[in-house]
Amino acid sequence: MERHILIVLPHPDDEAFGVSGLISLNTQKGVPVTYACLTLGEMGRNLGNPFFATRETLPEIRKKELREACKACGISDLRMLGYRDKTLEFLDSERIADTIEEIIKEVNPSLVITFYPGHGVHPDHDATGEATIRAVKRIPKENRPTVYCKAITHDRVEKIGEHDVEFDVSEVLDKKIATLKAHRSQTEGLMGNLLQKIDDSDNEIIEWLRTEVYWTYKFDD
Amino acid sequence: MKPIKKEDIQDIINRFANQNVYIHLETTNGAYAVHSGAKKTSAGAFIRNALVTYTEGKIVGNDPYRVGLKMDIGWIYAEGLTDWELDEKDRLLLAGHDEEGKLAVALQISTTPF
Repeated sequence: MERHILIVLPHPDDEAFGVSGLISLNTQKGVPVTYACLTLGEMGRNLGNPFFATRETLPEIRKKELREACKACGISDLRMLGYRDKTLEFLDSERIADTIEEIIKEVNPSLVITFYPGHGVHPDHDATGEATIRAVKRIPKENRPTVYCKAITHDRVEKIGEHDVEFDVSEVLDKKIATLKAHRSQTEGLMGNLLQKIDDSDNEIIEWLRTEVYWTYKFDD
Repeated sequence: MKPIKKEDIQDIINRFANQNVYIHLETTNGAYAVHSGAKKTSAGAFIRNALVTYTEGKIVGNDPYRVGLKMDIGWIYAEGLTDWELDEKDRLLLAGHDEEGKLAVALQISTTPF
């Protein structure tokens, strides 16, 4: 059983797609989970359909959705770090790492979850992964938490090999779907499709939802 | 937001002319444009809270619309605008949504910083 899990991701909803199953499996066993969410996804292009958000109201709406999502998968400690969407890669990575290091020192996680640097597709994903790895690397080797990374580039297997960790999250699928649904502004269109596909027993989609894969980060020292 | 009505927007553009205003201008085809196979590059530009004064401005086109603002020594313009709102802080929000309803361009004008 994990002592404490720290999730470090840049956008509200990043946790829903690939991590909320593993989170739910752990929170229902009583493992404390801290979620450091770097931005509020201010630059999101989905504003509801029909529109219920503008560029200026989106951050507040996504903040509420994020709180709902955390409730849905059992996260009790949510930290909104206040960076602005799509700007992380332009900041000094060491400074972002300072902030993450502080949280690591405070919550002392046995497992950290973030994006695999260079394999996040979105520049914020890569910047978050890079800063998190930097922060963990500052900890003496023998005391470092395990780091599970999400890799979503098309060439991930070619570049970093197959994932080495896999979880069947079937038993918490309802929680995962509730987490996805909580991010209504971003997922509403998608959810209709998704729920229909689940009803139609679309194996590919059900498999995608039920299985969460991770790459354990291998430090070079 | 509601679909743009040219006359309404023109009045507001005139109202913001010849004074210091803050501009938010962005355009993007999305950070996932390449990953999803839709585009060869992810292209976009973003400026928030540029403090400018424009001397004249105009909305033209017929859904989608274009808005151009002429400054003493330069220009600002956006195209592909479809929807608008004057929000509770009296800021003009103009946005262009693509066929899927996703934001593709935004031009916003305010007398106070965004």
